[in-house]
Amino acid sequence: MKTARREALTGRVLLLVLMAATLMPFVSLFVTALHPSGSYPLGLEWPDDPQWGNFAAAFTAARMTELLKSSVLIVLGVVPISLVVATMAGFAIGHLRIPGRRFVFVAFVLGLTLPFEGIITPLYYLVRDMGVLNTRWAIILPLIGLFMPFSVFWMRAHFVNMPEELSESARIDGAGTWQLFWKVHVPLAAPATSSLAILLFLWTWNQFLLAIVLVDDPLQRTMSGALGAFQGQWGTDIPLLCAGSLLILTPTLLVFLIFQRRFVTALLQGSLKG
Amino acid sequence: MKAAVKRRSGSKWAGWLFVLPAAAFYVVFVIQPLAMTVQYSLYSWDGIGVATWNGVQNYLRVFTDPDLFAAILNALKLIVFFSAVPVALGLAIAATIRRIATTRLATVARTVIFLPQVIPLVAAGITWSWLLSSTGLVNQLLTAVGLEGITRAWLGDFSTALPSVGVIGAWVLLGLCTLLLLAGMSKIDPALYEAARLDGAGPLREFFSITLPSLRQEIGVCVTVTVVAALASFDIVYISTQGGPGNASMVPGLEIYYLAFSERQVGVASALAVVLTVLVIACALPIQWLTRDRSS
Repeated sequence: MKTARREALTGRVLLLVLMAATLMPFVSLFVTALHPSGSYPLGLEWPDDPQWGNFAAAFTAARMTELLKSSVLIVLGVVPISLVVATMAGFAIGHLRIPGRRFVFVAFVLGLTLPFEGIITPLYYLVRDMGVLNTRWAIILPLIGLFMPFSVFWMRAHFVNMPEELSESARIDGAGTWQLFWKVHVPLAAPATSSLAILLFLWTWNQFLLAIVLVDDPLQRTMSGALGAFQGQWGTDIPLLCAGSLLILTPTLLVFLIFQRRFVTALLQGSLKG
Repeated sequence: MKAAVKRRSGSKWAGWLFVLPAAAFYVVFVIQPLAMTVQYSLYSWDGIGVATWNGVQNYLRVFTDPDLFAAILNALKLIVFFSAVPVALGLAIAATIRRIATTRLATVARTVIFLPQVIPLVAAGITWSWLLSSTGLVNQLLTAVGLEGITRAWLGDFSTALPSVGVIGAWVLLGLCTLLLLAGMSKIDPALYEAARLDGAGPLREFFSITLPSLRQEIGVCVTVTVVAALASFDIVYISTQGGPGNASMVPGLEIYYLAFSERQVGVASALAVVLTVLVIACALPIQWLTRDRSS
């Protein structure tokens, strides 16, 4: 019993240390953001006169309203299309048992670990020739394709576990494949699709490489891409940069805190499957 | 009877219509650019003028140009920080907090240590650039414990830039690994541990004979995810060092970006892209295969 108690104590101490190590960077960011704009504060030093106005200044300097709008538009482009398209494919591969499903599945799986840098150069020429370079479509369309291996993989994993009898009885009632899909299977797939939606939202919102390569105007980019531009512009004004970074972090943090349980489960499952 | 069979197999082929949109996106935006990368890699092209056939010259350059090859080596060195550190530390932490995994403190901790995984890597890069700067928190802490002798601008120093980038990566990935491993440990039958205790096994023995072997699959996932993150790193390096000082922290992803879009050497950039892609797949597949759960 004594060892168990000692282990529990070590565990608690370790947890606290780990939490401190995780949070310390954020605390440092926050404290620095309160120093007078343009000053060179020390790492962790509470300012004599906290400048709460820095956040408002960064909000204007980063043009947060436009940035938020841009990121939301990109997410709205990527997530719904990906969900519908991947659910259909997952349904066909996992449940309809179409001929050649093995081949299709392997073809998608091979794309799972593909590094985005591997195809970024031709993507640039591709979207340029499509005439969408420097628009949000330049981020939306390739991202749908790049997320497709994981999305199909994820949805197939759901559909292979759906019992055959379910579809049999619907077919006896005279449902065609299309009705079977929308009326029976899409509602039942809600847990899988909502977790996938969370993951796709996060990956789109945080996408950086595609944003900086394919879109010049920071206001047409994702939040992450805009933050890169913000650093380039305000990199020398450390308090303002810290305030801006915190503002740009806030939306993801809020979404995470609201859906935290779903988030953690989805991300853990996501990496287990991927 | 025949007609029925025919209709059934017809409807099976009709299922392909469901795959078509997904396949179209995948082929147009992944497979096609992948084929184009391979094609570009065999030409010399500045992105504007006429491309000329260059055979395997671009590949030879990737392996003989010291700057380009150094980038590949740097990516391999980053594996130590992105992969070995988070997985080893994650195992130690998860094994220690396993028994208190259901307490309230652990529930809060679960959310907190997950934060680095949720925020954009760019934000992690900016935050740590500040922490590791000459007036940052890291140097402040070192001075406080009497180590002011080693303080420096960590990301601007030739010998410490790459390891510092590695530390940022380790910070980002540690939480994910810990939680994945913890989730795996919660699936281990507690009776195994009780039996070990009765046999007089200590915590270390327990860890090596029960915990570690049962976590094969989870460790495989952690290693795959983190190794891919190390090899394909871009965001953190772009923000914190831009590959510098000199080329000290250059990685293939960033080198591809510079070559293709600043130096306009599309051919060499594409050859490096092919090498990087092959490297990632060559690392990910065997890990997956070795740690696959044979029972399923």
